[in-house]
Amino acid sequence: MGQLNENDLVKIKDGVSFIPGASALVGPLNRIINWGRAGSIWPVTFGLACCAIEMMVAGSSTNDLDRFGIIFRASPRQADCLILAGTITKKMAPVIRRVYDQMPEPRYVLAMGSCACSGGLFDTYAVVQGGDNFLPVDVYIPGCPPRPEALIEGLITLQKKINQEQGRWSQLV
Amino acid sequence: MESTGIIPRLEVSYPDDVLHSYQYCGQDVVLTRKKHILDICSFIRDQCAMNHLMFLCAVDNSRRKEAIGKNEYERFEVVYQFYSMTTKHSIRIRAQVPDDDCSIESITSLWPGADCLERECFDLMGIHFSSHPDLRRILMPEDWKGHPLRKEYPLRGIGEWAGYETLKEKSLELRTFDYRSSQKGNE
Repeated sequence: MGQLNENDLVKIKDGVSFIPGASALVGPLNRIINWGRAGSIWPVTFGLACCAIEMMVAGSSTNDLDRFGIIFRASPRQADCLILAGTITKKMAPVIRRVYDQMPEPRYVLAMGSCACSGGLFDTYAVVQGGDNFLPVDVYIPGCPPRPEALIEGLITLQKKINQEQGRWSQLV
Repeated sequence: MESTGIIPRLEVSYPDDVLHSYQYCGQDVVLTRKKHILDICSFIRDQCAMNHLMFLCAVDNSRRKEAIGKNEYERFEVVYQFYSMTTKHSIRIRAQVPDDDCSIESITSLWPGADCLERECFDLMGIHFSSHPDLRRILMPEDWKGHPLRKEYPLRGIGEWAGYETLKEKSLELRTFDYRSSQKGNE
């Protein structure tokens, strides 16, 4: 054991470094926590309409969401991201809200596609005009449906947003 | 496709009920009154080997003014498409349902599979199927007001569904628990 040198640290990202051989991270707690969260976004397996097909393609081998640490979880209790993939009908809206309410903090919502962003072309009696009517949406992804690349872009935007958070780990609610 | 020969038999057996019949693209179509629809369907199933109900749906004719003027069409009609597994023939029955007595006999006693189809018709078009075992809404929420596929139903609906209002109130109430980026915790 000697003096810890700046050169011994392996820089992971701005402000987060790894000490080889010690299995330890050095950096401000905010940065470390945000780094961990941004690298393990687990969305709940939940599709609403045709956008869900694109979401599945984004998860499969060609686009491979796993390389971002994004793994679909079949339970909202193990998930921290809800992708609104498709048309939100008014009958489905309370169910979506319930899924969201079952997710533990921290949790994020992605509105995927025109329908989830604004109701899309379905300005009708049965369709919710945008997921933000009853959920706090973090990222909006336009497109009808968005290509898997667009979904990946949206998730990267979410990662950037997570990395800018301050003190979400100790907030008393 | 050759004619099924059912139309003449129907005209003989139910002269008062058959209003009009025609062939379109080789398909047999019969317009009937609604009163004896169960008997007609039973006749078609048992005497004419039409053992399969392909679909059952309803049409709102309220904007076909010239057709209603001919006294053959009522405001609504329930359309039954039957198919014969044995003879590979099909026939379409269009039962006319007036606006002031918006009900028709259920055919669930003949085809149990008509259950959900009739519920859908009731839900979206407001046609009551008498003697249906469980006539509830199937697509819209149970406390929904109105029947959306009727022509007078506005595209954006009549008022707001109570369940959705409740949800919006609840989400407004829960908004205080959301994380806000301006709110800073212990650094």
